[in-house]
Amino acid sequence: MASIIGHNPHSNSIGYSFSQPTNAGNKEHSFYPYTDNGGSVLGITGKDFAVLAGDTRSTSGYNINSRYVPKVFKIGGDQETGEGAHILLSVVGFAADGLALKERLDAVVKMYKYQHGKPMSVRACAQRLSTILYGKRFFPYYVQAILAGLDEEGKGALYGYDPVGSYEREQCRAAGAASSLIMPFLDNQVNLKNQYIPGSGEGHALEAKKPEPMPRDTVEQVVRDAFTSAVERHIEVGDGLQMLIITADGIEEIYHPLKKD
Amino acid sequence: MNHFPGTWGRPRDDVYGPYDASYLRSTGPKAHTQSPAVTGTSVIAVKFNGGVAIAADNLASYGSLARFTDVKRLRVFGNAAVVGFSGDVSDMQYIDRLLESMDIRENYSAHGNQLNAKNLHTYLSKVLYKRRSEFNPLWNHILVAGFDGDKKPFLSSADLLGTTFSAPHLATGFGAHLAVPILRRLFPEERPIDEITKEDAVSALRDCLKVLWYRDARSLDKYSLAVITHEGIEVQEDQQIEAQSWAFAETIKGYGAQVV
Repeated sequence: MASIIGHNPHSNSIGYSFSQPTNAGNKEHSFYPYTDNGGSVLGITGKDFAVLAGDTRSTSGYNINSRYVPKVFKIGGDQETGEGAHILLSVVGFAADGLALKERLDAVVKMYKYQHGKPMSVRACAQRLSTILYGKRFFPYYVQAILAGLDEEGKGALYGYDPVGSYEREQCRAAGAASSLIMPFLDNQVNLKNQYIPGSGEGHALEAKKPEPMPRDTVEQVVRDAFTSAVERHIEVGDGLQMLIITADGIEEIYHPLKKD
Repeated sequence: MNHFPGTWGRPRDDVYGPYDASYLRSTGPKAHTQSPAVTGTSVIAVKFNGGVAIAADNLASYGSLARFTDVKRLRVFGNAAVVGFSGDVSDMQYIDRLLESMDIRENYSAHGNQLNAKNLHTYLSKVLYKRRSEFNPLWNHILVAGFDGDKKPFLSSADLLGTTFSAPHLATGFGAHLAVPILRRLFPEERPIDEITKEDAVSALRDCLKVLWYRDARSLDKYSLAVITHEGIEVQEDQQIEAQSWAFAETIKGYGAQVV
């Protein structure tokens, strides 16, 4: 027992242990309230429709939790079937926050209808979603959201969000784990970036191609191509592709299997 | 001995250092569970034709110490569902009391409809999500087995962050690494659930528990198994892993002090 003989620097004053001043600081919180459940989503608009698609894999780390967990939801419809919905929402990132966000927006859209006697417009819903996200600015919903529907003129409308509510109406948007793989592909194929009319000039005189709204079957093919490619290069993307298409006639759902490796 | 009776019988400050009174602090920041203490390991479950089977061993560990060896981690809710708990045992007991009081309330209520497994899973996942949002998590990963509103077999998971997912077979903890691959091989997606019998499901779970007993250092060879069918819930609580073969152990070389 060296410490009996040796001088202990802490025992200069022998006193009541309870009255000792506390030198321990605040304990650090080790609980981290977020996780990343992987996956990717993608939305494209057309003249009279909007497509919102997402893979159905749910991951935690290198584990696959499940091969079928949808990330694209119908908003404002029946709880089980989604019937009567006129807005689509996709959420990717932390799945628990995504589900909580979806349920809040769903309640808001339903309350709007009860209180005003008319369905909420996509524009109003888009602004409301931004407010909901910003309301948790200092403990954010850790999700990237995309909202889709048809605007007042019946044109396809798509709104992309960041986790704290910054938003913008766009023609197309990819979000989630493989967004960095899908978005450049969309820039090129949907917004025709870096595409020029052949023989229209030399160097800076080259005339850029003008993006036009694409027909529905082309959009569906672009979505499928984007996801089959993302599956090849990103481990958190795969299993299945869920595609929801909103038109004036309602919402159609298409499921395509993806590679499960 | 000194002239301060308040210190008599306490560890000597000159030997052990002054007592860290911060542990007795009643003011200042509130201390929440930041890590689990007594824990249960994996829960595994699989759907079959007409029901769900779920299993967990009877061990509650305190770190690496096998502290309590007769802890039942499967909780039967009414005649509708079974909840399997892994993670902190005291939080499990808290949720258990929550479920008990809800079950009693439901049975006394006038509406007469019973909560099914799907309702129960929604409720539990919201409790877990609320607690994580308060930075005071219930440190559990749970599986809920039973039937949904359409009387179809239901199996779903919820963890301490409120993350939920559902699949034909699920496992928590070490089981996600060791049992799920076995279950996915035995019951591949192409094989419809209608083809899986109750006996297939139960024997698969017993095999998985054996593998977990071989490889998970925080597991036990005594376990509980519950089978939920339309006929009711059968729970067997003192099961023993049988037909063990440790022959494979001899082939493992190169760990610890053993060099060759």
